[in-house]
Amino acid sequence: MSKDRGLHASRRGFLALAGLGAAAGAVGAGGAAPVAAQATRARIVIIGAGAGGTALANRLVQRLDGATITLLDPRPDHLYQPGLSLVAAGLKPPAYVVSRTADWLPRGVTLIPEPAAAIDPVARTVATASGQRLDYDFLVLAPGLVLDYGAIEGFSTDLIGSNGIGALYGGPDAAAKTWQAARRYAEEGGVGLFTRPATEMKCAGAPLKHTFLIDDIAQRAAPGKHEIRYACPQAALFSVPIVAEKVRMLFGERGIATHYGHTLTAIDPGTRRATFATVTRDAAGVETRSDTQLDYDYLHVIPPQRAPEVIRQSGLSWADKWVDQGWAEVDQKTLRHLRFPEVFAIGDVAGVPKGKTAASVKWQVPVVEDHLVAAIAGGEGTASYDGYTSCPLITRVGRAMLVEFDYNNNLVPSFPGVIAPLEELWISWLMKEVALKATYNAMLRGRA
Amino acid sequence: MKELTYGTMIAVFEEIFGRSLFWVMVAVAAAVTLAYLFVLIRDRAISWRKFLLAQLSMPVGAVAAVLFVLRVTHSGLRDIGGPIDVIVLLAVAGIGAVGLAILVYTVQSLLRPGRDGI
Repeated sequence: MSKDRGLHASRRGFLALAGLGAAAGAVGAGGAAPVAAQATRARIVIIGAGAGGTALANRLVQRLDGATITLLDPRPDHLYQPGLSLVAAGLKPPAYVVSRTADWLPRGVTLIPEPAAAIDPVARTVATASGQRLDYDFLVLAPGLVLDYGAIEGFSTDLIGSNGIGALYGGPDAAAKTWQAARRYAEEGGVGLFTRPATEMKCAGAPLKHTFLIDDIAQRAAPGKHEIRYACPQAALFSVPIVAEKVRMLFGERGIATHYGHTLTAIDPGTRRATFATVTRDAAGVETRSDTQLDYDYLHVIPPQRAPEVIRQSGLSWADKWVDQGWAEVDQKTLRHLRFPEVFAIGDVAGVPKGKTAASVKWQVPVVEDHLVAAIAGGEGTASYDGYTSCPLITRVGRAMLVEFDYNNNLVPSFPGVIAPLEELWISWLMKEVALKATYNAMLRGRA
Repeated sequence: MKELTYGTMIAVFEEIFGRSLFWVMVAVAAAVTLAYLFVLIRDRAISWRKFLLAQLSMPVGAVAAVLFVLRVTHSGLRDIGGPIDVIVLLAVAGIGAVGLAILVYTVQSLLRPGRDGI
């Protein structure tokens, strides 16, 4: 009898416990209370449905009620560009970086699968390639950038993967072909020549990551058969001095030779010889310009990068900065155009120092959202972008440095005292390899 | 990381494993935990015989968890670079050990609900 009662009681206790657990879960999953959506009839055009355009669209549909949001992007595929370095080192398949643009977009927005052909910021219209005319109240520029392969004489994208040539920036196929060439080099040995352009570029850490990864893979595949060289137009290995020094020390430890002041101008795939425009300074600071040729068995090409032609032709670019590149003339903190306040820019195309990474986009999107929604409500936004960028700088398969910095070249670690920014750590590698794409996808959905 | 909120963490885990797999894993973990609590409450005592076998399984769980994580992340023990890496590795081992111990104890109790060994 007493046993029966005990069992009964214990069952009830068990169910109560289970119920409590479920209730706790429900409360936890609820999260913060949603902010009331702003009612509006505003017409918003977003040029580009990449990381910036998609993330912003997902956030705007939650903040605005009744707005007409139109995205323009001719490419059906969405590319997770931070994964290209991993594809080009044989660590992930090309499909790892590819998804469908339309799958990320919220209901209630329109995606026009065409590029923007012309922008008239005075009349506030955008013309598409097929001649469709879109009037806007607000315009967001997020078209990314253009890889100017033509600036390197003798280079063509058909060459990627053959003749010892890699160029991972071109997309999943280019990254996979880059790995074909790099793997052959890792097995056979010789001189590996790694370059970067003189222009602003996406993820300034990527040229270093590729150098470190291929060096590591080569040393494991055929130790002692490789000579690695890194050639850059700049006078330092990274724009943030403290990081540049750390990379200089790592290059020293790994025996990677550095050629500063070297801008790749031409290649001869037949003889495997690269030509660089070089600048040297003597003790008095007098510059001497000349051409230098370096032989290679493997060459990694990163072409100059510029704003898309439609931006450069629209009068929205800086007139006195980056004149050969054409980035949009926006305020550093608000990302709002300096002459056309109803125009914003996100990501690669924004004419701000640094900031051409997915991590920057993650910080920029809420700032543009804040100012755009505030403008619709008739007020002024308060959010400010401080130039934050992060770069999980891979130094070998299994280790990375989680480098985060701002406009002022200050290190701004997310986990101070726990994850040291200038230490080669396994946990930083885990973040790049496992957590980063997840965070990125959450960002695309407007949830992080 | 901008804000490491509860919601962000869930979003990140959903993306790592896929939404359905993540919630299936959460459900399995919750079910095992509830089953464990159930047998504890039902039996009103720890069976030390079952607990012994559960304890013996702990090193297996620890090693298996570490090997699994190293394998899926293309890394090895030589990549452990600082104190935080050691802590993460120990945490992985600890989770594997405790998880397997709870599972082994619960399975034994559910299969052989007896008062043996108390």
